[in-house]
Parts: sequence; structure tokens; C-alpha cells
Amino acid sequence: MINMNSYFKKNKLKIAPWLFMAPGLLMFITYVIWPIAGSINISFYDWDGLGEKTWIGMGNYVELFDDEAFYKSLKNNFIWLILYMLAVPIGLFMALFLNQSVRGIRIYKSMFFFPFVISQVVVGLVFSWFYDPNFGLLNIVIEFFGGTGIAILADERYVTYGIIAAGLWPQTAYCMILYLTGLNAVDSEQIEAGRLDNAKGWKMLWYIILPQLKPATFIAIVVTVIGALRSFDMVSIMTAGGPWGSSRVLAYYMYEKSFSEYGFRMGYGAAIAVILFLIMMVYITFFLLKMYRDEKAN
Amino acid sequence: MFPKPIENTNILTQSVYKTALPIVLILWLLPLIAVALTSVRSGGDLISGNYWGWPTSFDLYENYTSVFKNTPLAQYMWNSFRVTIPTVFGAVALSCMTGFALAVYNFKGNILIFFLFIAGNFVPFQILMVPVRDLSVQMGVYNSVWALILFHIAFQAGFCTLFMRNFIKALPRELIEAARVEGVNEFQIFWYIVIPLMKPAIAALSVLIFTFIWNDYFWATVLTQGVDSQPVTAGLYSLNGQWISQWHLVSAGSIVAALPPVLMFFTMQKHFIAGLTLGAVK
Repeated sequence: MINMNSYFKKNKLKIAPWLFMAPGLLMFITYVIWPIAGSINISFYDWDGLGEKTWIGMGNYVELFDDEAFYKSLKNNFIWLILYMLAVPIGLFMALFLNQSVRGIRIYKSMFFFPFVISQVVVGLVFSWFYDPNFGLLNIVIEFFGGTGIAILADERYVTYGIIAAGLWPQTAYCMILYLTGLNAVDSEQIEAGRLDNAKGWKMLWYIILPQLKPATFIAIVVTVIGALRSFDMVSIMTAGGPWGSSRVLAYYMYEKSFSEYGFRMGYGAAIAVILFLIMMVYITFFLLKMYRDEKAN
Repeated sequence: MFPKPIENTNILTQSVYKTALPIVLILWLLPLIAVALTSVRSGGDLISGNYWGWPTSFDLYENYTSVFKNTPLAQYMWNSFRVTIPTVFGAVALSCMTGFALAVYNFKGNILIFFLFIAGNFVPFQILMVPVRDLSVQMGVYNSVWALILFHIAFQAGFCTLFMRNFIKALPRELIEAARVEGVNEFQIFWYIVIPLMKPAIAALSVLIFTFIWNDYFWATVLTQGVDSQPVTAGLYSLNGQWISQWHLVSAGSIVAALPPVLMFFTMQKHFIAGLTLGAVK
């Protein structure tokens, strides 16, 4: 016992961090790291989630190659990824619009931020209601201006765009708040210097403000990419992937295949998840490299 | 300050700005306002097609009580609290420790473990879905709030560790060094020196995690079923299926479900925004 104690005392700086980390790290490995390996493994099997697993090697991936629904989901994911990026510039302009100190501006800022705090389930319901072809506010406005109403969520051509527009609502609010705090930290001396050099409006924004907002832009892009690739809630609530699978994204397609009413296909679902994971890894690696450089610089 | 402060512009620009503000706000929140208005309408109004005209009666009380009386919404809300509150405590407690370990000690593998937490925090949920569901079944917690609590604590450890580690790293190191010289042991340093300084980070993180977990929908559908354990996000979805075209009830239910995170945000706004930016824009 005495020996143990003295060993601990001598090496406490080596042992202490592991003791502090143990509970968090153990849970994280059990619930996050290990399951990733588990899913990759399952993706090589044919498995209904209950019975025996049958090893089929690359079988699921080969099947994916010929699966039109998979390509449709993949394509929708890319549409999400591209259009979701609109949240970044729109968020920036909203932040610029609100970056004033008139009376009551703090209340305004928090009201603008509102959509981000609300659950995506509620946002999805709100927008389904907003888009409703019979009484939705959107169609009433369109008809008021002489257009003909459209059932956005029932139309293969528009459905994905309709869901993305709904998703942009909270995401833009998120980017806005990142930029508002970024703008707080902008160096006022540089702005004054810019004004003396006659920099105004766009020029000022581009050459003096945006470079200082780089950290905010970086985080805004990261969270928006992650948000786009994670899009599941909205699709599930607003259309359940329909009509005829035209609004599916990989995250939703994977869920559908794994818990389909025509039998559980866990292996196939896992293969879809692995593809989504690999796409995400590109961004994660990019993010980590940037963090690594920042850490080295400090 | 950029753009140019509005009080330095002429009176015309100032009044244009001040009129534009509320108009833009109303447009921005229009979908939400529509829902709030619908939630006080009578069912009769909706049947007769009076969706946007002046309501024939204000049924605020009737609609909201009917949502609670005729549906298990209260149970769903209670489940959400039962999931969210323990998760906040667990995730914050664990990440205080992991963050402390990664910020204060230089050991081999420090940066590797730190990056593991960050990377894990970004992975798509779907890659975890099947194994986590199986694990929950094996542990016998599937379809109980514990399935969600345990998973959420573990998954949030990623983001929370990033957050806490960066916060502690920014504290003055001399405090810790000085305490060590005085012979204070490592646990006492953590408990008596670092934790008191972390109060703002703990507050910020708690508000943020509360919102994240309250709003979770994916895991709620994967790990729980039925009224006994499902949180309100998943509950609202199934109620929506039963309430076809009873939009006044759907709206009232949505507003009730959105209320806790919204109240949390308004009462703890300072912490909330500090939280978003502390973890994000340093």
C-alpha cells in the first residue's frame, strides 16, 4: 500500500490526466468511436438486425452502385451542401443590418435569432403549414400577386428546394449570430484608417471587415457543411423522403433502408452510412488540419 | 464600428432604418407568427376556411388545455425533461474533467485524444445508429430515457471537451503552478482552483447543451418508442400524424414544445451567445 502510494506521488503528473479523462473517454469510445468501427464491419454483411449475419464482402457497395435511389439521395445531398451555403452570406448581411446601436436593438437581435433555438421538428411543421397548397401563407401570397399556387412539398421538382429553404431559416440565424459577435471584435482603428483612405461600403467590407471576420466565416462554413450533411429531421418531418423518394438524402435513405417496412436491411444501411461518413471525413480532416496549424502557432 | 453608425447619418436614413427594422423582423418571423395565430383560432374557423382572416373567437385557453387534456403531450414534455436535465449534468461534469486533463497536462497523445473528441463530434449520426441501438438493447436500456441520456452524455463529450479545454487553456497557468509548489494535490487544484473559475463556461455550456438535447429528434426516434419514453420532438411527430388537419392543435403543441428552449434562451441569453462563440469564434 505504501509502495503504491509513493509510486502514485512520484508519477502523479503522468497518472492524473488519465484519471480525469477516464470516464469521459471511456463513454466516448463506447458510444462513438467503437460504433464507427462496428458500422463499417456491418456494412460487409447481409443482416436483418436479428438473425444470423452473412458475410457478403463488398456486396452492399456493389449494389449501391446500381441503386438509383442512392444516386438521387447523393445528388440531393450535394444540392443541400451548395444551397445551404447561402446561410453564410445571408447571415453576414443580416448581421451587418443589425449591427447598430439604436434603442431596442438587443431585443431585435434576439428575436432574429429565434429560429435557431426552436427544434427542427417545429421548424419542419411550421414550414409544412406555410407551404400547404390549400391554405398555406405562401400560396396565398403567390395568388395575391396573380400567380398560381404550387404544392411545393408534393412536387418532385421543388420538394428538395422547399425543405432546404426551411432549413436555411435556422441556419441563417446561426450564421448571423456568429457574425454579430465577430463584428463586435472588429478593430475600430482599422475602420477609421480605412475611412481616411476613402474606403466605403463594399470596398470597406471586402478589404477591411471580411479579413477580420475570418474566424467567424470559418466556423460558419464548418457548422453549415455539417448541418447540410446531417439533414435528416426536416426531410423526415416534412416529406418522409417523398414524393416517390425525390427528397431523400443519404441520412434519411440510410434510416429508411435499416428500418424499412419491407424488412430491416442493416448491412445495406450501414454501407450508405459509411459513404456519408467518408464524405464528412473530408471536411473533418480539413477542420483538424486547420486546428493543428493553430495549435502549433500558439 | 461597421457599417457606419446609424446615429451619424441624416434624419431620413435614420427613420428609414427604424421603420425597416420591425418590418424585416415580421417578415423573418412570419412562419412562426402564422403558427402562433393559428394556435388561438377555433377549429370551426379552420373548417370554414377562415385561415388568415380575423378569428371569430380567441380560443387560446381552449386549444392549449385541449392539447394537454386529449393528448399525452404533458408526458412527452416530462420525458424531454427527464432526458435533458441529467444529460446536461453528465456532459458538463465529464467534460470539466476531460477538458482539465487536456488543457493542464502535457502528456503523450494529448493532441491525438483532443482531436479524437473533435472529430467524433462531427461524424454523421447514421454511422453510429445500428451499433448504438444494439448496445442499448444489450444493456437493457433500449426504449427508456436512459438509452438517450447515456448516448447523449457520451456524444456531447466531444463538443463539450473542445469547449472546456479551450476555456481552461486560456486561464493563467501560474495559478496552477503556484498551487503545485505549495503542495496542493491535483484533485484539489481541479476542485478548488479551476472549477470556481469555470463558472461562466459551465453556465454557457449548460444552456447550449440543454437546447441541443431538447431539440434532438433523430436519436429520439432511434432509441425510444411510445409515450412512456419518447421526448416531445418525436411525440410531436406522432401527434401530427393523429391530428390531420387539426392545425390549431398542431400549432398549440408546437408552441408548447418550443417553449422550454426559447425561455432558456431569453433568460440566459448572455450565456447562450457566449457559449456559441466561446466554443466557436475565439
